[in-house]
Amino acid sequence: MPAPARRIPHPREKRMVFANIDREGYTPDIACYLRNGGYEDLKKAVTMAPADIVNEVKASALRGRGGAGFPCGVKWGFIRPGETKPIYLICNADESEPGTFKDRYIIHQDPHQLIEGMIISAFALNVHLAYLYIRGEFPLGAKILEQAIAEAKANGFLGKNILGTGFDLEIYVHRGAGAYICGEETGLIESLEGKRAYPRIKPPYFPAVLGLYQCPTIVNNVETLCHVKHIVRMGGAEFAKIGTPNNTGTRIVGVSGDVQRPGYFEIEVGSMTLGELLNDLCGGPKPGRKFKAIIPGGSSAKVFRADERFKIKVKGADGAMVEKEIGVMDIPMDFDTMAACGSMAGSGGVIVMDDSRDMVQTLNNLNQFYAHESCGQCTPCREGSLWMRKITDRMLAGGGAESDPATLASVSNNIAGKTICAFGEACSWPTMSFVAKFPEEFAALSKKPVPPPTPPEFISEILTGGQGQ
Amino acid sequence: MSTEATTPKPVELVNVQIDGVWHQFPKGTRVIEACSQAGKFIPRYCYHPKLTSPGNCRMCMVELGMPKMTPDRKPELGPDGKPLHNWIPRPQISCAQDVSEGLGVRTDSSMVQEARKGVLEFLLINHPLDCPICDQAGECRLQEFSYDYGQAKTRFLDEKVKKPKRVEIGPRVTLDDERCILCTRCVRFMREVAKDDVIGIVDRGSYSSISCHPGKTLDSNYSLNTVDICPVGALTSTDFRFKMRVWFLKETKSICTSCATGCNTVISARENIVYRQTPRENNDVNQAWMCDYGRLNFHYLHSPERLLSPVVRGHEQPDWKNAIATAAAELKAVAPEQIAVIASGKMTNEELYLTAQLAKALGVKLHDIVPHTDTGDDILLSTDRNPNTAGAKLLGVSASTPGANLSAVVEGIRSGAIKALIVLGEDATLAGLTSADLTKLTVLVTTAILPNATTAAATHLLPSAAFAEKRGSMINKNGRLQRLNRAIQPPGLARDDWEILVGLTEAVTESSLGFNAIEDVVKAMTAATPALAGLSLSKIGDLGVQLPLPANE
Repeated sequence: MPAPARRIPHPREKRMVFANIDREGYTPDIACYLRNGGYEDLKKAVTMAPADIVNEVKASALRGRGGAGFPCGVKWGFIRPGETKPIYLICNADESEPGTFKDRYIIHQDPHQLIEGMIISAFALNVHLAYLYIRGEFPLGAKILEQAIAEAKANGFLGKNILGTGFDLEIYVHRGAGAYICGEETGLIESLEGKRAYPRIKPPYFPAVLGLYQCPTIVNNVETLCHVKHIVRMGGAEFAKIGTPNNTGTRIVGVSGDVQRPGYFEIEVGSMTLGELLNDLCGGPKPGRKFKAIIPGGSSAKVFRADERFKIKVKGADGAMVEKEIGVMDIPMDFDTMAACGSMAGSGGVIVMDDSRDMVQTLNNLNQFYAHESCGQCTPCREGSLWMRKITDRMLAGGGAESDPATLASVSNNIAGKTICAFGEACSWPTMSFVAKFPEEFAALSKKPVPPPTPPEFISEILTGGQGQ
Repeated sequence: MSTEATTPKPVELVNVQIDGVWHQFPKGTRVIEACSQAGKFIPRYCYHPKLTSPGNCRMCMVELGMPKMTPDRKPELGPDGKPLHNWIPRPQISCAQDVSEGLGVRTDSSMVQEARKGVLEFLLINHPLDCPICDQAGECRLQEFSYDYGQAKTRFLDEKVKKPKRVEIGPRVTLDDERCILCTRCVRFMREVAKDDVIGIVDRGSYSSISCHPGKTLDSNYSLNTVDICPVGALTSTDFRFKMRVWFLKETKSICTSCATGCNTVISARENIVYRQTPRENNDVNQAWMCDYGRLNFHYLHSPERLLSPVVRGHEQPDWKNAIATAAAELKAVAPEQIAVIASGKMTNEELYLTAQLAKALGVKLHDIVPHTDTGDDILLSTDRNPNTAGAKLLGVSASTPGANLSAVVEGIRSGAIKALIVLGEDATLAGLTSADLTKLTVLVTTAILPNATTAAATHLLPSAAFAEKRGSMINKNGRLQRLNRAIQPPGLARDDWEILVGLTEAVTESSLGFNAIEDVVKAMTAATPALAGLSLSKIGDLGVQLPLPANE
């Protein structure tokens, strides 16, 4: 495998988790990690009371970096004090959200940072067995992690009596078999138990109560667990000073698509706008092109139109909430404003489309992915995701019916909020937002009158004029 | 509302508001069940009260409201003094959630109606809509709920997903994957109840299909229960499919007589033909299940071999009075100690009581039943294949160890000490006798429904009624008294066993027993049997009565 090109961090980045990524001469082995101050934070952590580490994480206001942005400290707080069942920690390294490419760099280039974060988290949560669930498409990553675990064990950071504290921990790498749904935490747990990755119903199966093997389980994203190490180093309060209130720390965004310099950037949360990210860090649109649409947080996030404007409420100088109108490019890269504008920061995968892109085709691409990845367990997502794909397939094949945009909107609406897991939203939000925000493109491909009831096997041919699918 | 406290322990009750009306339910009640008890049925596909809840069909969604709390964590009360609610903005499934104090449920709000309509549309877009040729029509939840909660027109313009059809998923079950709505009831039944985890789902998303694990078949003795619980026409009984439209069937509540468990059943018949047996829920006996062996053990009812007329010494004797009079006269001509009775654990209590009366009238002391045992399991099937061993013991027809007296009968016949034998609903060659032994008898009176070695040797053959053709009671292995009901009439001149036995006894004693109906027999039997005191067929009811008897197994 040829060595990937090294990237020089942009001056506006604030590198913490990615500090060693693409560093000249930095290697993933433990010797290199130790030379660079590795496992010092673990040494500090084991001198602390586990509850104090949890409190530091709470004070840091760290929000999960997997996609949902759930406060990590709150999640950890769900473990009941005095729990008698074994508690499990699972690192979610399934990184399967299209447009997201951050965890793989940590795994490939700085695996010990993740291992150290996991050991600290396990110590804080009284976990003695942790799993590292890595997607099947990362075979090299899995090898690197196995190697890192073996090195950590050989150096006394893992295994029995870690650093002489009496604390025991084993970490096992578990490779998935290649399904998007394995990134959903309860689907991941089922998969880890050796079953189909069918997400569980919540209630009652909240992982912190009835997780892996029906025991309390914490599932955290790779980046989140790395942050724990930095929180221990600098203290929760200090960490919380990075970023903006409720949107603390740094996060890694991956920009892909129609920009001059796509790539990954670690930025202080909320420190720059979407426009600054795309224009300053990524070099703006390709020559002669204009931005048309941006998906800000992984393929499931609702799309923004490049010329869209929002009315949001922000805290004024006097502390009172004032309404403010902003454009897409003015949205700060944080969790809350992104949500207030109707989308989400999600997994940090920013997908950019310029005016050369056909929105129906783009949506069809996403629909193909979701129809393929729906696990099929619950009705709305199982049937709806394929239905949406069939409609956009037919539209692209020239058979769009007048009713199709309305049907797409209604079908997506019938999925969202009615499924077992968040895949329902993930697969319906693209359709919902594409149809609502680019109605002219969908209308242009939906010209055929809706035919009278005909046996379904004949309809597509009539509508497509024999062009077929 | 059913909140009557039947258990001695006081059950903690919680207040729940359903569609604006407050009710009380025991803690631990599922929301879906609470709604049903409150008269608000919630449509469901995947939920089955005897199985775990996967919450996958999304049909049972309702609106749930949590009690509104004041800042000091006390419920905020409305003008009626009851808690106000914070309604969750998205519909929630009701099958996996227990009721909690102050919970609010809306079962028919516009949000709920829209959600149901959406789910039904999704379930139908890839469904073949082949109701006119589907066996499930008439008892299909997809049909029923579509009428009740769905929409008349489709918006689906594309090609449906094609899946395997007419799959022989097992020796008795046929699968149509296109009709399947993937509720996984069958998967969970096989895993959780039948303990034979052979079915699962292959492929993903809309292409998901029910299938057997490679190299396995659905050949469990409980496989047909998957057909019962399949809410659509995906799993059908290979035995029953295409035989009869279900709306033509007359349903009779009865019990299975293929082993000592006595599973509660529904016998479905039309125009004197039984088409199927299905289990009927009884939590004290069979939950909601029965085994395939018992379920399918009815085709002999319509065997062309059925015995249709009395036969006396090789000649058909259509005159029952004459046939019985001859049999009684010939039996009376033999000394009591030269007569033995082989009865059956398949007889009803009433028949066994009358057997004892007949033996008494003849002065016969030697009688027993023929034990029938075979492999059982720890689910339902009993090793004792006689459904009424307990009754035969209670009524004194059986030896205390069933079959213990049979060797004496065999020896008696072989030595010539026994000259007359009465065989009731049994084949004496299964009791240790040979056909040659039977030819030594001067009188051999037998009741039977099908020909066997005993009927071939009988001097007096009296054709009788099978389990679906008569009424009566039986006691299962756990001492539960249950009721058999008549679904069809006996064929030809075949006669209900109690009438035959009454006729024989009356002819022997030359006096009337005064029994005009089976109820009269029951009255006499319960009066004479302390364990049955005060009971009647109507008091037994559909679900039976537990007797204070020691368990039989």
